[in-house]
Amino acid sequence: MGARSGTLKDAAAIVGIGQTRFAKHLPETEKALACRAVLAALADAGLHPSQVDAFASYTMEETDEVELAKAVGAGDATFFSRVGYGGGGSCATVAHLAAAIATGQASVGVAWRSRKRGSGPRPWTDTRTQLAVPAQWTRPYGLLRPVDEIGMLARRYMHQYGATRDHFFQVALACRNRANQNPAALMYDRPLTREMYMTARWISEPLCLYDNCLETDGALACVVVSAERARDCRQRPVYVHSAAQGLPAQHHGMVNYWTEDPLTGPAWTAARNLWKGADLGPEDVDVAQIYDAFTALIPLSLEGYGFCGRGEGAAFTEGGALEIGGLLPINTSGGGLSEAYVHGFNLITEGVRQLRGTSTAQVHGAATCLVTAGEGVPTSALLLRN
Amino acid sequence: MDDNDTTRGADGLLLPQSDEDGAPFWTYTARGELRVQCCASCRVPRFPPRPCCPHCQSFDTEWRRVTGRGRIWSYVRPHPPLLPGYAALAPYTVVLVELADAPGIRLVGNLVAAADAPLDSLDPERVRIGAPVRVAFHTMAPGVVVPRWLLERP
Repeated sequence: MGARSGTLKDAAAIVGIGQTRFAKHLPETEKALACRAVLAALADAGLHPSQVDAFASYTMEETDEVELAKAVGAGDATFFSRVGYGGGGSCATVAHLAAAIATGQASVGVAWRSRKRGSGPRPWTDTRTQLAVPAQWTRPYGLLRPVDEIGMLARRYMHQYGATRDHFFQVALACRNRANQNPAALMYDRPLTREMYMTARWISEPLCLYDNCLETDGALACVVVSAERARDCRQRPVYVHSAAQGLPAQHHGMVNYWTEDPLTGPAWTAARNLWKGADLGPEDVDVAQIYDAFTALIPLSLEGYGFCGRGEGAAFTEGGALEIGGLLPINTSGGGLSEAYVHGFNLITEGVRQLRGTSTAQVHGAATCLVTAGEGVPTSALLLRN
Repeated sequence: MDDNDTTRGADGLLLPQSDEDGAPFWTYTARGELRVQCCASCRVPRFPPRPCCPHCQSFDTEWRRVTGRGRIWSYVRPHPPLLPGYAALAPYTVVLVELADAPGIRLVGNLVAAADAPLDSLDPERVRIGAPVRVAFHTMAPGVVVPRWLLERP
């Protein structure tokens, strides 16, 4: 029905999810971890690797589809794509597979991300392969890391709208509380208090240690098939109800300092198309997995995706709104801040668990879940439903 | 540190690695001039530099000299872990300066006590969003000059 009417709506479904263990250091290679996650996702779906004919991942993924396909024993692939901009590409990997399947280009798609950021190098430490644009305008001055680049927007946001560190703490706390319920989370047995947050060391003022995502080794994957085929799979299908990418006019990536309004980020662009393609609006979302490389991205995303008005994202976090039972429970596996930081792929798999009813922090009766990719870079989003 | 690493100055700080579009900016700073790329057709300034005008699509460009005055739009204070040259000076103040004569063009730079003072030379208590600043020029390496920012009311 989706393909015939020219829309993506519910035409494809996620039927399998898989992941490795998360740790600061895993001994295996990124390639081996990628294979394990993909095979786990296929086993979860009840599909054989030879049935896979489509692949999607991030441009920053080190294991390419050729290596992955031949290692796991995939069949002839007829669709493969890579999405750029780091964590901004997470949801788009699923969106590309859904679109390919809805238009008959493939039938069984695998999306994945494997990363040893816990024990491996960080991109920002590389001084030689830095991009001339825009690094020449920022790095000589010691604006070196993503946290410095986003910290600049966070400080302005605090100044312009009265956001405080307590608001950012509410975000960190909600993620940590959910991680404390999730045995797979790196921070499972590490509760967070306001005292710990307020006395933590700075990373880039105004952002402290707990405003930053974790350093994780790990891999995740999911399997996408048509809605029709999903009915025959082992797991309850989780439908891709709507999907969108967003690259706003004149946007600059991490250092989006040169537009008229730098605080209106890619979330706003992705959101417009996401809701346009959906039968639902923000008020219908039961639970959300919002990309949290930094706490400050959450209020900006809440505004962008329409959960509140411009400048109201910080206030939205008050009163336990992001906790289970709150206005909008978020990042229910702990997110990038407290479960694992694997470029946001764990937000997708947690969205699937919520709609299967198998989350360790289950939102009762969850029927819709918003999943977002990195904000502050060209981004993407998925609206999932069961 | 690698002695053949041309991306860093003697103090370990990163030198600007220019591209073709950005090269004139650095040529002018080496002369002690702050200039921004503008469309020679519709006159609209743009940053970062690029081959053609996003407003009128003209490829004719000019580099317009600006006064070098502006206001702090935002700032951060990076702490370690950082690259070694920066870690040695951390925390330091990185500002985003909105240019008075080209609003919408905001330059990243360091707020310091004097043009050639260390990155960490300014008392952080003095930094405020909205504070007026003016440009100064600092030589990072022979022929490599970067704009820096000084408070108008020190």
